[in-house]
Amino acid sequence: MTDTFDDLRDLYQEVILDHGRRPRHARRLESFDATAKGDNPMCGDRIEVWVKYAPDGTIADTGFQARGCAISVASADLMAETVIGRSKADTHALFEAFREMARTGKCPHCDAALAEPLERLEPLAGVHEYPSRVKCATLAWHALVAALDGGKEASSE
Amino acid sequence: MNVDARIPLDRPALLDVARIREDFPILRQTIRGKKLVFLDSAASAQKPRAVIEAMREAMETQYANVHRGLHWMSERTTDAYEAARDAVAALLNARDRHEVVFTRNITDSLNLMAHSYGRGVLRPGQAVVISGMEHHSNIVPWQLLRDDRGIELRVAPITDSGELDMDAFEALLADGRVGLVSMTHMSNVLGTYTPAERIVRIAHAHGAKVLFDGAQAVVHRRVDVQALDCDFYAFTGHKLYGPTGIGVLWGRRELLDAMPPFLGGGEMISSVSYEHSTWAEVPHKFEAGTPPILEGIGLKAAIDYVQAIGYDAIAAHETSLIDHALSRLGAIEGVHILGRAQDRGGVVSFSLDRAHAHDVATLLDRQGIAVRAGHHCAEPLMHRFGLDSTARASFAIYTKHDEIDYLADSLARVREFFK
Ligand SMILES: Cc1ncc(COP(=O)(O)O)c(C=O)c1O
Repeated sequence: MTDTFDDLRDLYQEVILDHGRRPRHARRLESFDATAKGDNPMCGDRIEVWVKYAPDGTIADTGFQARGCAISVASADLMAETVIGRSKADTHALFEAFREMARTGKCPHCDAALAEPLERLEPLAGVHEYPSRVKCATLAWHALVAALDGGKEASSE
Repeated sequence: MNVDARIPLDRPALLDVARIREDFPILRQTIRGKKLVFLDSAASAQKPRAVIEAMREAMETQYANVHRGLHWMSERTTDAYEAARDAVAALLNARDRHEVVFTRNITDSLNLMAHSYGRGVLRPGQAVVISGMEHHSNIVPWQLLRDDRGIELRVAPITDSGELDMDAFEALLADGRVGLVSMTHMSNVLGTYTPAERIVRIAHAHGAKVLFDGAQAVVHRRVDVQALDCDFYAFTGHKLYGPTGIGVLWGRRELLDAMPPFLGGGEMISSVSYEHSTWAEVPHKFEAGTPPILEGIGLKAAIDYVQAIGYDAIAAHETSLIDHALSRLGAIEGVHILGRAQDRGGVVSFSLDRAHAHDVATLLDRQGIAVRAGHHCAEPLMHRFGLDSTARASFAIYTKHDEIDYLADSLARVREFFK
């Protein structure tokens, strides 16, 4: 089957369109332990994330509400999917690795432990070709990390 | 200097776009293997060869600082730079070339006004009126003035069609406390022209002076400051096919004379001692430091270029582009055009159901089309219409009708893609 949108797919893969259109984790948590807002003043994208910890300190659940483009919503949703069940330290490491991938398209410093979650985030690697869109992909992560670190506001600046 | 526009004078309504395009070397570029369709001229216009050559030639043959050297190079350069002032005076039909102040861009011009007119002439308790469709550069300087000097900032609302609400505007002036109306002459988001003559008449009747932000208007329409009867008019060179780094503030001589300087330094003084300095005459009083010399030379070439084509032909071409764009884009289901002003110039802002403006812009970019997406430095205007951002296509003398067709077809694909 040929795809008449071949020329548009490199950034907007089906996974991104799907998560952008129907995010699974786009909700405010009823009870939560941490929350933060993220704001990209350049393009007006806004996000709020909530985090609930398990007794062992791992992320039991996370949800978000976002106003923004397909890339930023899809990235927030894939992020939520990926970090649930992970420790704070893992999530921080994943954030660094993802940020590198969004900026450069590759992640030379990523170790094997991160291979599986990064694969899930891989569809977003295409943003590296659009420098002005990289921040759309990383905004949710900035907000999440701010929440984990006890902050309230994050900016993808 | 060569002016490449060879437009027959007897047929002003027909612009020979193919010939004009030959004057813009950049339009031959391809983007990701596709022909460049540049629909972002309202952000900054492309440069004709005449501008590029004028600046290059000045650097290669006669460059020196201006107004200070007693040598041949400096004198030649001073003449060339001052010729730009004459070109601007003629462009705006100013009475006196000394009324033309060069700045870095229109943002600088507006800040000059907020500083020198706002702090030097207006008094606490007075008010400044802007409209609900201003660029941030005609909002923020007045906010700074308000917070610093207690000069009230009033905003004249716009209607749902994106036009100035004239009754509300007049009501804002009723108490006689408004010292200055600072308003866009054409919205960079909605394309709306404000009714400049009427605004001036109403403002003057209430004792207020009028400053127009002509950043967009001067690109598309002949501006005659004497016919408008306004008091100040500002624009920016890079949108008028000129270089970046140069802007203009025109003001009535007696008003400029009464204003204190903005920035201090060289060029703007008459004499300096530690106890006391005196200022140069206008316009130099407002031109501290080495001015944008090459940019002035480039701006003159741009103005000559535009004048040779003629505003009648330019305006007719753009009206026809706008009509075409409104009908083509308006026919696509799910596309919403922002602003329905009767009198409008060459920009069309739109949103697409289920697709964010940034995604639209990126997907158009994939197809070789450059549009702008975002709040267009007009956040309050966006919020007035309940939006965070729109995509915007804007047109210039080199824009072709079939580029608008291509935009419409590409946009229809984007819509399918997001369905
Ligand atoms: C209506 C209007 N005013 C002001 C500006 C600011 O121009 P500049 O950035 O050259 O100062 C722009 C362009 O961005 C504009 O469209």
